[in-house]
Amino acid sequence: MPHTFINTNVIHFEFVVVVNNHKMNALIAVALFVVTLDIGLQKPQHNNTMMISLNNIHKSYETGSNKLHVLKGIDLNVEAGEMVAVMGSSGSGKSTLLNILGLLDMHDQGDYYLDGNLIKNMNETKAAQLRNKFLGFVFQSFNLISFKNAVENVALPLYYQGVSRRSRNKLAMEYLDRVGLLPWAEHLPNELSGGQKQRLAIARSLIAKPKVILADEPTGALDSTTSSEVMDLFQEINQSGITLIIVTHENDIAHKTQRIIKLRDGLIDTDHKNGHTKPVSKPILSL
Amino acid sequence: MFDLDKWQEIFNTIEKNKMRTFLTGFSVAWGIFMLIILQGAGVGLQKGVENEFRSSATNAIWIWSGQTSKAYNGNNPGREISLKNDDYSYLGSQINGVDKISGRYNIWSGNTISYKNESGSYSIRGIHPDYQLVEQLTLVKGRFLNENDQADSRKTVLISKLVDEALFKNEEESLGKYVSINKIPFRVVGIFDDDDGRDDNMQVVYVAVSTAQQVFGGAHNLNGIVVTVGDATAEEATIIENQMKAKMASRHHFDPTDDQALFFWNSVEEFTRFRKLFTSISMFIWVIGIGTIIAGVVGVSNIMMIVVKDRTKEIGIRKALGATPGSIVSLILQEAILITAFAGYIGLVLGVGILELISDQIDTPFFKQPEVNLSVAIGATVLLVIAGVLAGFIPAKRAASIKPIDALRDE
Repeated sequence: MPHTFINTNVIHFEFVVVVNNHKMNALIAVALFVVTLDIGLQKPQHNNTMMISLNNIHKSYETGSNKLHVLKGIDLNVEAGEMVAVMGSSGSGKSTLLNILGLLDMHDQGDYYLDGNLIKNMNETKAAQLRNKFLGFVFQSFNLISFKNAVENVALPLYYQGVSRRSRNKLAMEYLDRVGLLPWAEHLPNELSGGQKQRLAIARSLIAKPKVILADEPTGALDSTTSSEVMDLFQEINQSGITLIIVTHENDIAHKTQRIIKLRDGLIDTDHKNGHTKPVSKPILSL
Repeated sequence: MFDLDKWQEIFNTIEKNKMRTFLTGFSVAWGIFMLIILQGAGVGLQKGVENEFRSSATNAIWIWSGQTSKAYNGNNPGREISLKNDDYSYLGSQINGVDKISGRYNIWSGNTISYKNESGSYSIRGIHPDYQLVEQLTLVKGRFLNENDQADSRKTVLISKLVDEALFKNEEESLGKYVSINKIPFRVVGIFDDDDGRDDNMQVVYVAVSTAQQVFGGAHNLNGIVVTVGDATAEEATIIENQMKAKMASRHHFDPTDDQALFFWNSVEEFTRFRKLFTSISMFIWVIGIGTIIAGVVGVSNIMMIVVKDRTKEIGIRKALGATPGSIVSLILQEAILITAFAGYIGLVLGVGILELISDQIDTPFFKQPEVNLSVAIGATVLLVIAGVLAGFIPAKRAASIKPIDALRDE
């Protein structure tokens, strides 16, 4: 039953891509609105309002003759608008989990629903399109393209949506302004400090208006002051309704989220809510 | 379909990675450039060799009088063997395979040829009418010496362009005029040009061999005989040469193995040898050319592989941000095509340009007017571009298919 519904959803999604390729901005806006409405209407049919729903997820890697069983059956539900920290010692599987959530890696077994879409046997092209549409990434090592300046880096996700150079750069400037980097718009990443680079990466993760932002040790390379600035920014983003999943090993970072999930040996060990503010449910980040 | 935004992205990447672009482009341009220069040199060599043989028949066998070096039938070595008019008639009629034949009777020096107040010292060659075809003389005007001149021992003369210019000043018409050769008047019947560029073939006037013998006291003697052998192969020409040698040995009573009695020079053999040499050279050049292309292909593949390796992380980032594998492959390939095509074109233009530039300057024996077959050059460029694309395609495909997470980990 959920399967048929998901298929129609995917078809709608493709429709959006086709329209985008024609670079007809007005039509895109209308189409986006229609599709959003569509998904919104259909959502109640599936498992209430879960943004992410994992059911018995297994993942193992083959290293030579050894088989390393990293995730041994993860069950996890994340509601839309939640801000979640994933913790665990190294080797606990937290990065693997994040990669699977981010469609950067495919799980071996189990069901993964991302905003109601079943992620299964997905080819690279489809995964790329879903990443572009639904997900934003923030990495410990920033992963900015070194030969592109700040604006171009931020605008890159929109290039893959077929948005014209002028309008995506204009939008990128707005997002740079949002993270306080407007004066550095023309600078290359290596001319920026660690904190600025991470803010740049956050602006890039936001520009495609994702539903979920996945951050892998986003403060790992930053000092405590900059870390807390970045976390403030994340909280602000979360306030606007975007679901955030942050992998970290720092307790004080984790405690700025609403929910802490601790992994151990490929299974969820503890999962407790911080009791912070309830997740807000504004649909899209409003600027 | 032309996607402006994609090209902007590519130009952007090229602009920001000048060194990488330069290295890729340079290896392609250099490969094409070297290929064209080598091909040009090969053609130059070929033309040079052909030119060396242009001005005399490539199917001729020459015989000159000599001295015996071996005792034979009671005769001591050192006996002069001189060719006679009889030998001319004999060789012309009795040897199979002889096509054209001419005797030559030379008065090398001490001749004064004058017209009005102008005079000069030139060689006189007495020849048969067929000689024109043997030496491949070009008639500028008038006519060549003919059978009537020979039969009647007419005092007619064929002068070279050079002699014409020296004796007949102010562009005076020379045809029909009488020049005096050692004070004997000869009527000018034609003017020739021997375009092998050798001066000693131009400091010459030709008269009929019978006239030369009669007027200058040659009796029945000839200095040499030349025959052509049609389109005989080198082997056939050698057989004809040996036949002539044997007949001459018996007619003049000398040892057939004595190679000093009469000198033979077989241009067929010579030409064949040169042709073989040329074929080897041209094969050698092709081998080098193909080698150059292979080196270019390997170079391009190598650089493309490094480029893709270099960009693995960038590719990972792009994939994480939503780039499809197809868009990654096409991004890298279009860049590769752009760079190799442009650089190939530069190499093509430079190579052809340099050849054109030096072509007029270089005019030495055995190397003349180097030029390149443009279709070969363009073909090679296209081949190199395709190779570059293929070389880029494999790593690009691999890069696009690696999981973004692996690419991102690549530090």
